[in-house]
Amino acid sequence: MTDPADLTLGEAAAELRSGSLSARELLDAVTARAANTEAQLHAFLTLDRDGARTAAEAADTAIAAGEDLGPLMGIPIAVKDNMCTRGIETTAGSKILSGYEPPYDATVVSRLRDAGAVIVGKTNLDEFAMGSSTENSAYGPTHNPWDTDRVPGGSSGGSAASVAVGSSIAALGSDTGGSIRQPASLCGIVGAKPTYGLVSRYGLIAFASSLDQIGPFARNVGDTATLLEVVAGFDIRDATSFRGARPDIAGGLTAGVAGVRVGMVKELMGDAIAPPVRAAVQRTIDLLDDAGAEIVEISMPSFDYALSAYYLIAPAECSANLARFDGVRYGLRVDGETTETMMGRSRAAGFGPEVSRRILLGTYALSAGYYDAFYGQAQRVRTLVRRDFAAAYEQADVLVSPTAPSTAFPIGAKTADPLEMYYQDICTIPLNLAGDPGMSVPVALDDDGLPIGFQVMAPALGEKVMFQVGAEVERLVAFDSRPALATSEVTLP
Amino acid sequence: MTDEARVDWEAVIGIETHVELQTASKMFCGCPVSFGAPPNTTVCPVCLGLPGALPVPNEAAIEGILRIGAAFGCELVSYSEFHRKNYFYPDLPKNYQISQYDLPLCVNGSVEIETDESSSTIGITRVHMEEDTGKSLHVGEGGRIADADHSLLDFNRSGVPLVEIVSEPDIRSAAEARAYGSEIQRIVRSLGVSDARLEEGSMRFDANISVRRRGDEEFGTRTEVKNVNSLRSLQGAIAFEIERQVRVLEGGGSVVQETRHWNEATGVTASMRSKEESEDYRYFQEPDLVPLEVDDAWRERIVASLPELPSARRSRYRALGLDMINAGLLVDDAALGSLFDDAVAAGADPAATANRLTGEVVAYTRREGVGVSETALTADHLVELGTMVTEGDLSATAAKDVLAGVLAGEGMPRAVAEQRDLLQISDLGVIEAAVESVLAEHAEAVERMQGGDMKPVGFLVGQVMRATGGKADPKAVSELIRSRASSET
Ligand SMILES: [Zn+2]
Repeated sequence: MTDPADLTLGEAAAELRSGSLSARELLDAVTARAANTEAQLHAFLTLDRDGARTAAEAADTAIAAGEDLGPLMGIPIAVKDNMCTRGIETTAGSKILSGYEPPYDATVVSRLRDAGAVIVGKTNLDEFAMGSSTENSAYGPTHNPWDTDRVPGGSSGGSAASVAVGSSIAALGSDTGGSIRQPASLCGIVGAKPTYGLVSRYGLIAFASSLDQIGPFARNVGDTATLLEVVAGFDIRDATSFRGARPDIAGGLTAGVAGVRVGMVKELMGDAIAPPVRAAVQRTIDLLDDAGAEIVEISMPSFDYALSAYYLIAPAECSANLARFDGVRYGLRVDGETTETMMGRSRAAGFGPEVSRRILLGTYALSAGYYDAFYGQAQRVRTLVRRDFAAAYEQADVLVSPTAPSTAFPIGAKTADPLEMYYQDICTIPLNLAGDPGMSVPVALDDDGLPIGFQVMAPALGEKVMFQVGAEVERLVAFDSRPALATSEVTLP
Repeated sequence: MTDEARVDWEAVIGIETHVELQTASKMFCGCPVSFGAPPNTTVCPVCLGLPGALPVPNEAAIEGILRIGAAFGCELVSYSEFHRKNYFYPDLPKNYQISQYDLPLCVNGSVEIETDESSSTIGITRVHMEEDTGKSLHVGEGGRIADADHSLLDFNRSGVPLVEIVSEPDIRSAAEARAYGSEIQRIVRSLGVSDARLEEGSMRFDANISVRRRGDEEFGTRTEVKNVNSLRSLQGAIAFEIERQVRVLEGGGSVVQETRHWNEATGVTASMRSKEESEDYRYFQEPDLVPLEVDDAWRERIVASLPELPSARRSRYRALGLDMINAGLLVDDAALGSLFDDAVAAGADPAATANRLTGEVVAYTRREGVGVSETALTADHLVELGTMVTEGDLSATAAKDVLAGVLAGEGMPRAVAEQRDLLQISDLGVIEAAVESVLAEHAEAVERMQGGDMKPVGFLVGQVMRATGGKADPKAVSELIRSRASSET
């Protein structure tokens, strides 16, 4: 019999309804998986055992009473620790929020609870979601379940590792420059960044407000769409939330790709991409071609500047977003003789080096006399990127590329050089600048047995065609490998 | 300042006025806007700047600022953005203020002001929307953040909608500045968007002041006096700054561009910080909000819904023959003004009615500590009272007594006059009889009058008034007595 922790969301939901599995048994299975893997992975910062048990029992009661709250009822979900959970410590991976318990739930968390989901805990991340390896967490790194000497990607590394190993069935992450797609790629699971505004940011501890977007992780494309359907939709508490009717998300999952125009982004298939990754992506494109898709090559010249623009815009916004962490009202406080000294010391002690670096960079970029050359110029590049996307979508229905330039790299390999770390995001960043949706689907393992992700991008509110192509890629490549850590002998308590 | 200085120098003043809007809820969250609630009770994750909280604009506040802009004749722009103004201060919970920068909601308006000496048009550069900060209470030592033992923070005010009205540097004297401040206050009140109470901080001023040689085109170096919270202080601080700057310049020195603080108690301004230390606010577009768009229909509805503005009302009252003071009082007190308008519309005499309202009625409301709308007085009362006086039913003195009775709720003027027995005697026979009887009792006085000495008239009138219980028309009595004195020579 399959360990319930290895069920997909869809399988688990079906078993819960058939009565062959209870929510409590499912929770026990993922809790056991966490107990067996956390020492090696460190995917979670907080496990909410009591809250999860209560939610699982409530789900069992509801199921017994014939209630149906939808596909997430009784499903163990992990939530990245930059989303507020009422009364449960929420740190954003930072020392400055150590011990902070929000007085309210983020909108996505409320929606999960309303759907009967079982929130198992809060996952590790790069501090304030700034990083591509989860090594910037103030609470220590998360390890990759395929090879624990390697990084899981980031910043949503904890959520990705947890779903990959089975200490949750699905998870939420946030993606500002690739923080869902890149760890999904490095952990061999599916992760999607929805259209900006499709999922409410209310209760998401902001990194860069104009780029941040919450999105789902799961072990297959359909489950990823399912989780997105539950959390997406207009929220009156988020002024940037999309006001129209929620677009169709899962309506094309079985439609195939015949006649779909697939654009291969030339700039993202160059020398910066590791050869095995390039090869796997090319193979996938060939499979799509064989399946009836129309493959076109697309050039996106502005992509050469996207990374630089991103590393001005995101730090600029973060310099203001993180100003509120000053020791005055909550979080870490280091006393000083004056209020100013207290604020300065609290911030110096509370923020890690990468966060401090970006605050400084952003403050500088916005300063009088430099604004136009840095922030202003970056905004102009952003406009160019949007134009390139708009032109590309005249010729193609979706765009495809590698998700990350390489597979998972060893822990510590890139920490000495921030720029080298920033290059991890070259394939994922342009889409955040445009506000469009994108997803990563695992397509192969490299020679080291590490997963390779394939990125599918779509125009704003084009989730339906994105999942349609993603689902076809999944079917065509038939990737069914699981990390060693998940398949090793596990003992139920 | 010496008179020579006044002749040689000209002041150039621009004023930024902050007005808190009295909307039901705050600018970016659902917390109520209320004064005097216990500290930190009207707060939520948004106005406390908690991690993850997001602002959502209050449409009623946008409506309020558009009304203010429209009242100044501003252009209400079709596309406007919010910006973040970054600075660290403990009572600013996010350590940035959501404000507007290069795309404010209202631009290019003006306001007419009048002082005893002049009347002029002051340009309004812009009117923009922002959120208020919390309040700090610095405990111990000097009561300022630098030397306090500790500070207490109250975030009830945090996020209250705040409108900033920026004038052009068109103001030329401290008196004009005061007239400007008070006209802004009147306009804002007339719109019903704020009570604009300076003493409660729901309205406050920052003044930019410089001086230049009369005839010069270029502006001098300016200083800014911040957070002035009364009209008297506004005038005092500006007058002090003008004099100080002129002295500095005439002494061969130069004015330092800096922010100065007005000390109400000592009547002087003192330096707070100079420009070198001034902050770089690093404005950038607020990414948590989408741009504001005001369409033609909204703009037209705002303009059409404006009430009669104070300047228009003042002109209308002057045209009715009211003097400056009465017109001003009726404009300043909306309830008094509307009572006046109703009474005049129903046929009351404007000047006499205005005198009654600004005289006895205002005296009564001040004494009782009530507003005129809380008294029993109606427009019908004023009309009937006026008619009784013009028709000779009431003496001027008796009319005041009757008005007091009406204010006290004793009923319609005629009923009050009857009740209080104040109706004038209109029967000439009765008055003649009273005169006859008084003259008969004072033969000596009659003789003096017949000898040409008219001094006793006043005394005799008094006697007749006493005999009639004050109800005779004293003018008629006096005429009767005089005619009797001459007829018997
Ligand atoms: Zn609030």
